[in-house]
Amino acid sequence: MNRRTRIAAAAISTTVLLGGAAAYCVLAIVESGAAGAPATAHSGDAIGAPEPDGGATVVFRNTDTADGYGFVASVAAQDPRGDRAISDVQCDRVYAATAAGATRTICLRIDRGILTTFSANLLDETGSTTRTWPLPGLPSRARLSADGALVGFTAFVTGESYGSIDFSTATQLSTTDGTDFGNLESFALLIDGRPNSAVDRNFWGATFTSDDTVFYATAATGGDTWLVRGDLAARTLTSVRKGAECPSVSPDGTRIAYKKNVSTGAEARWSIAVLDLATDKETLMPDDRNIDDQVEWLDDDTLLYALPGERAGDSDVWAMPADGSGAPELFIAHASSPSVVRR
Amino acid sequence: MYISLPDRNARRTAPRSAVPATRVSSVVVTLGIVSMLTDISSESVASILPLYITGALGLSTIAYGFIDGIYQGVSAVVRIGGGWASDRADRPKWVALFGYGVSALAKVWLLFATGFAAIASVIAIDRLGKGVRTAPRDALITVSSDDSNLGRSFGVHRMLDTVGAAVGPLLAFVILYFLPSGYHLIFIVSLACATVGVILLALLVPGRRPRRESATTGAAARPFRWRALAEPRLRRLVLAAGVFAVLTVGDGFIYLVLQARSPFAAVWFPLLYVGTNVAFFVFAVPFGRLADRVGRTRMFVLGHCGLLAAYACAALPVGGAAITIACLVLLGAFYAATDGVLAALAGEFTPRDGTASGIAVAQTVVALGRLLGSTGFGFLWFAVGSQLAMTIVGVALAVAIPTVLLALRPTMGARTPLETPPSKGPLA
Repeated sequence: MNRRTRIAAAAISTTVLLGGAAAYCVLAIVESGAAGAPATAHSGDAIGAPEPDGGATVVFRNTDTADGYGFVASVAAQDPRGDRAISDVQCDRVYAATAAGATRTICLRIDRGILTTFSANLLDETGSTTRTWPLPGLPSRARLSADGALVGFTAFVTGESYGSIDFSTATQLSTTDGTDFGNLESFALLIDGRPNSAVDRNFWGATFTSDDTVFYATAATGGDTWLVRGDLAARTLTSVRKGAECPSVSPDGTRIAYKKNVSTGAEARWSIAVLDLATDKETLMPDDRNIDDQVEWLDDDTLLYALPGERAGDSDVWAMPADGSGAPELFIAHASSPSVVRR
Repeated sequence: MYISLPDRNARRTAPRSAVPATRVSSVVVTLGIVSMLTDISSESVASILPLYITGALGLSTIAYGFIDGIYQGVSAVVRIGGGWASDRADRPKWVALFGYGVSALAKVWLLFATGFAAIASVIAIDRLGKGVRTAPRDALITVSSDDSNLGRSFGVHRMLDTVGAAVGPLLAFVILYFLPSGYHLIFIVSLACATVGVILLALLVPGRRPRRESATTGAAARPFRWRALAEPRLRRLVLAAGVFAVLTVGDGFIYLVLQARSPFAAVWFPLLYVGTNVAFFVFAVPFGRLADRVGRTRMFVLGHCGLLAAYACAALPVGGAAITIACLVLLGAFYAATDGVLAALAGEFTPRDGTASGIAVAQTVVALGRLLGSTGFGFLWFAVGSQLAMTIVGVALAVAIPTVLLALRPTMGARTPLETPPSKGPLA
């Protein structure tokens, strides 16, 4: 092969391969064009519009690749398999609650673009943004208190690191009307009664209680995780129990569900456990799949959580009795990040 | 199939004497484009990997950083193997092609990988390929360049390489912008880019035989021996590079310090690396040229002043947009002044029959030194806090720069013709 032949061969294969890949992408995107925008979305539709019978609504992130992938959707809690109402709001992690009859939503988003950034957005009942916070990386967890007065969210601190920083998270709390409590790292941490100011402290997965000064979260330092009880007035975090992550308080406030690392090896494997606060008794739930989610309570007896589906990017929401008495059941297909909006 | 022999004979005299010394060889540009395509391929996947693992596969990212550290170590060891194989066989192109090919094959597997373990393996294989190809590729750049523009040649290569590192994430996020679940499209584009890179390398880069070529110009053709690396200048260089590497903390740490101090850096935290890359891109060629003019050893040592100044910016008690940007620019300038220049120096200080091994040894020492430095810095950070830790490393670096400059003085003497460039040269 002489030089001219080689150049021609290189040019042809470059054109064919890069052109082919580009054409494939364009075709795939055009083909999904109808699916990209939700066919059934109604612009300005309220997120988690109340059910006619006044029952609870489940707001979630829709992962149905055929219709409105990534958009916030809702179904009636009584009829989770029924038609989903898809809003025109796109979120990567979402949580909704009702304050004085109006739904508030915290929406964590990857703002994809030429330069990708990440944000937490507080939305009112029409879906318009009332507040925005920048995030240091990929969205992780989001919560509102049941009365919609407090908001908390966690993001990974990603950026582009060259291998040395394993894992870092940032959790911020705020009131929904504008008072920031800042990053949980600025709170005083007490582990087994002793102050801990280690530099490797990480916090994630905050959850609120019916008392608006009390919340729970996960603290991690030196390779261990703790369930911590936070006090917004005193700005303290006090360890409650070792090895409990992403807590979620039951509506009646008597129990906390969390994910618990049950792996004996290096790679984590999480199961769900429920802690009875009065008796300090922990019950491990019978679903032995690897569950990496912050549980949501459908009611005082039922847990909701998402698990990845068969296709990459898809996931399903499962329901399971909170006393560990029964097997998990598929609750909403093609959905993640569930939250129950009660009236 | 590309047959190297007749072509090589025809070209041995051509590019190295007919092309003016200040022009960068077309082989170097082709290697740069190959690196660019391969970087687009790797970086497009790497940038969305945390997202894919957490968002699409629903797994936690915790394990990822840990495994990443191990890969870096493995890649460093494989790199020496790649350099040795290249010198031993006297066929840098084919060893580099093997490395690029392995990485391209890893991208094929990525199309079918679904679990965390499978993805971790794909990344491992990709890194292995990178480890194998780097030294022979840099040896090819060395043998394809004139001694007087070696720094500039590496500058051009690193500039194109950085373009790939910038375009990759951009391309990935553009695809996800149009199709949020379109990870498989990114994998296909990644595979196409990697394959084109391999094809361009196979078809357009001549298969040089550095040892045989140098043999015809005098010395006897002898098989590669590790003794070829006993050259005192190389030993001093590797030692100096190792000292500097231990004092180079990971970019991630600097970004974290900036983020804690400056609201500006906190808002733009996920994009800080872009600033560093842009500066690397802008300075790579001018600093390579400058290195050819003022002496590459001097450039390599003084380039660390950029790192020192970046530490100073990060350790300052005040923080704002200007300080953050200055810090990123200095960091990029530091990489531009040292990365390609180190390879150029290592290539220059080793005999032609050991170029790839010499470069591999220098780069491996730097990679391992940085791993050690970052781990140590992590402990220091833990023990005394980020600001004091940064100050301590900064002071150590401030002492190291003049010390190393003195220690490397003997290696500079050998380069007198370049250190006093002809003032009237039309192209100088």
